[in-house]
Amino acid sequence: MTRKIIREHPILNFEHENKKVVKFTFDGREMEGFEGEPIAAALHSNGVQVYRITPKQERTRGFFCAIGKCSSCFMIVDGVPNVRTCVTALEAGMKVETQTGMGILKPEE
Amino acid sequence: MKTTEILVVGGGPAGLSAAIEAASLGCDVTLMDSDLKLGGQLIKQTHKFFGSREEFAGTRGFEIGNLLFDEVEKYKKEGKLEIFSNTTVTGYYKEDGIVSYTIGEETYDLIKPRRIVMATGAQEKRIAFRNNDLPGVYGAGAVQTLMNVYGVAPGEKVLMIGAGNIGLIVSYQLMQAGVKVAGVVEAMPRIGGYWVHAAKIRRLGVPVYLQHTITEALGDKVIEGAVIQEIDNTFNLVGEPIKVDCDTICMAIGLTPTCELLWSAGCEMKFVPQLCGYVARRDAMMRTSHPDIWVAGDAAGIEEASAAMVEGRIAGLAAAASLKPEGCQMLKDKSAEYLKRLENLRAGETGAKIRCGLEQVCCECWG
Repeated sequence: MTRKIIREHPILNFEHENKKVVKFTFDGREMEGFEGEPIAAALHSNGVQVYRITPKQERTRGFFCAIGKCSSCFMIVDGVPNVRTCVTALEAGMKVETQTGMGILKPEE
Repeated sequence: MKTTEILVVGGGPAGLSAAIEAASLGCDVTLMDSDLKLGGQLIKQTHKFFGSREEFAGTRGFEIGNLLFDEVEKYKKEGKLEIFSNTTVTGYYKEDGIVSYTIGEETYDLIKPRRIVMATGAQEKRIAFRNNDLPGVYGAGAVQTLMNVYGVAPGEKVLMIGAGNIGLIVSYQLMQAGVKVAGVVEAMPRIGGYWVHAAKIRRLGVPVYLQHTITEALGDKVIEGAVIQEIDNTFNLVGEPIKVDCDTICMAIGLTPTCELLWSAGCEMKFVPQLCGYVARRDAMMRTSHPDIWVAGDAAGIEEASAAMVEGRIAGLAAAASLKPEGCQMLKDKSAEYLKRLENLRAGETGAKIRCGLEQVCCECWG
């Protein structure tokens, strides 16, 4: 799908054309984003709004504060749960997954 | 353990200004900011600032950010200023003055600073309504980050809650980004922000619903609409519910100072409604009741970025002068000018609320 990015703006120049496009996966689906942009922004531009499901009420949660404070955008990234996707930079090959519940910490290898 | 002379927490307008001033007095400064990019709210602002030339009147917010970055770069090159972005300060331990922080999600470390400037900014307030937790209900700051910093449209049609300056400005910014604005909802009987900002969106035909509130967000997994309703002077619902077609609800209810670290440090705090929450008591040089801690910007009370930058300069300079006796004369000379600038920014009718708030927390000097 075409990413929902702003290409024309009367004041700002985002220089999207100079950014490096990288591939990542969301729940197994391959997507494209710009390297270094927040994971949450990359997902939003791909039309993904639901980032996790709450433990008790099973409510959907997504982007909210964008400053790493509200816990709404926690996801599993490369196997690590509770990653604040609004302040974590996208890297090539990242495996991003919807988080259901509290997340399970894996012991250090 | 890592040490520094001055730790600045927060890299927005106040924190950057504090770091620049402290480095200019020759102090070793470390600045930590939780975001991926420095600049705080400044880099999201596309409108031109008001005030006088000293306060960059006529310059757009993100351009002011660039001017500060140039100054920061100079001190970085001189080795006086070290910047940690994507670094969240997580605690202050008053027993030994040690500060804990995390870089990204995985690295945890400690630093012992001699002085601290808390420029932690603010966070969004929320209001209660059914489904206010659904994806698509976003804070105004978040909407600005998405569209003005990263160039991602937050949705196709946005309902704005709040007709203060942030609600009005972000509505206009949404239209600049090609996003439709379904309307602006305001509980009060009048527009809270500057009329110049309100006029811009009214000219573009955006309805402003005064004395209305949002009662419900519609949708199962994400936002598919909203319901608003008129309220009377005592905030009771009257009239018929109105269904609004939108896919995003932007909350511009207001901000509240981010002050957890000030609490941890045992700073004397006071709830001041005019400054939008709990703030630290401080003297004219922005020093809190804790002798090693200064405060500046929205963390000291919600105000414009222009005032945050001047407060940051005062706090940075004063914190540095406490370590460098030779800096005391410079503090005296420069702070007189900075205090005058703050007075000008807070003059007149629009500054009355801030002046009233400050009267409740400012003291002459600490004993």
